[in-house]
Amino acid sequence: MTSSITTASKGSKILGMTSIVGFAVLVLLAFFVTDPDIRFHPETGEEFGQFDAVRLLYLHVPLIIVTYLAFVICAIASAGYLVKLTFWWDSMAHAAGEVGTLTCALVLITGSIWGRPVWNTWWEWGDVRVMSTLILFLLFLGYLALRGAFVNPQRAARPAAIVALIAVLDIPLINRSVEWWENRTLHQKSTLSELKIEDLTLFTLMLGILVSLLVMSWLILHRFRVAWLEHVEFEQGIKTAIEERRQMDNED
Amino acid sequence: MKRLFADIGLITGKDLKIELRSRVLINQVAPFALMILVLFGIALDADQQSLRNFASGLFWISVLLCALMAISRSMTIERDDEALVGLNLSGVDPIAIFLGKTCAIAIQLLVLEIFLGVGIILLYRSEVEDLWLLVSTGLFACIAISALGTIFGFLASGLGVRETLLPILLLPLLLPVLIGATRAFDDALGVAAINGWNWFAFVAGLTVILTAVGAGANHLMAEN
Repeated sequence: MTSSITTASKGSKILGMTSIVGFAVLVLLAFFVTDPDIRFHPETGEEFGQFDAVRLLYLHVPLIIVTYLAFVICAIASAGYLVKLTFWWDSMAHAAGEVGTLTCALVLITGSIWGRPVWNTWWEWGDVRVMSTLILFLLFLGYLALRGAFVNPQRAARPAAIVALIAVLDIPLINRSVEWWENRTLHQKSTLSELKIEDLTLFTLMLGILVSLLVMSWLILHRFRVAWLEHVEFEQGIKTAIEERRQMDNED
Repeated sequence: MKRLFADIGLITGKDLKIELRSRVLINQVAPFALMILVLFGIALDADQQSLRNFASGLFWISVLLCALMAISRSMTIERDDEALVGLNLSGVDPIAIFLGKTCAIAIQLLVLEIFLGVGIILLYRSEVEDLWLLVSTGLFACIAISALGTIFGFLASGLGVRETLLPILLLPLLLPVLIGATRAFDDALGVAAINGWNWFAFVAGLTVILTAVGAGANHLMAEN
């Protein structure tokens, strides 16, 4: 028998379809329409720049933005849980934390791939932004490990909320690190201002951010619904166990 | 306020008394610390210059690993026979419980730091150029480690997997302390031409923040 329980709804299907179409347009623009970053030295005429590697801009920067956003949602929902103590806030924090950890991993991977042709290294230990992003990723891995350690997921809510609120303090540090430790990073101060982005590049970057936000929303929505179903199943399991115990007591 | 300090002293005294009686620090953690120093020496092929250059980092990694043992031990005391529940119901202010346990762990770590400090001077032949910087950084960093360790120790207490979970939760947050303390020690041991006092200020700032966050979370932890 096929179960009728699903995490999809009409709204989430529309959101998913819009994300797919948006992603297809983004790939088209990023790989085929926009120009590579080629500049010429004013005196020698020699070519320099990021060449095709600059196309990672349309993926890496949007991923950073959605990572920040997902973790901020996680922190807000955690604070909401500590105030309201309802399952809705806890599920939202869990869903956002999980999606944020996934996108943070992608940020580190795409950053490493971008770093190889541009900085001539896969990983730069001395770069304060790279290291603080890695710390953020590790912090939320710990957050997810803490959640997974409890047999009763409801007992994980309070400690996980405290961990999320502490971990999210790393985000301002990452964001401001290139300003505070200028000579300890290979990152430029601001992608939008430093690269002198042209119209089409700017449009593609903005589309990348929009598509990433749509995908993040779609993932959080489904993860939230999965968490909700898990909660319902857990509650149902307790009710069933109590019923069975009562029946056994009555039979005795 | 007087009551708060009395309670902090009470909790600290209780933990230290248990520690003195059980002698876990002397019998298990200190030999473990010595073992780490020796293993680093062997792993780096007994190259004296490398050992001297990396002494600060090796020292703080050893402190962190020993701190995990000390924190785990401190929380085990409270978990056995539901002692933590009794402590929370005893009427002692949760802030006093947090600060008392932090002080007890910090005192144990200070003893370990002295032991490890003598170890790196004797085994790695490190030379102290700025003793005050060394002592100040050691003191503040161990308070920061203890404060954060106590928060996460409470959060993970009662879990079957706390021994593996505690490092995952604690170590990433302690990385800034590790970086700051290592850099300050680099200057104090004369292996890097940097201003170690700036890094000390960084560590001291982190210590204040982490202790304040821990004290603020006491109510939530007590409920947990």
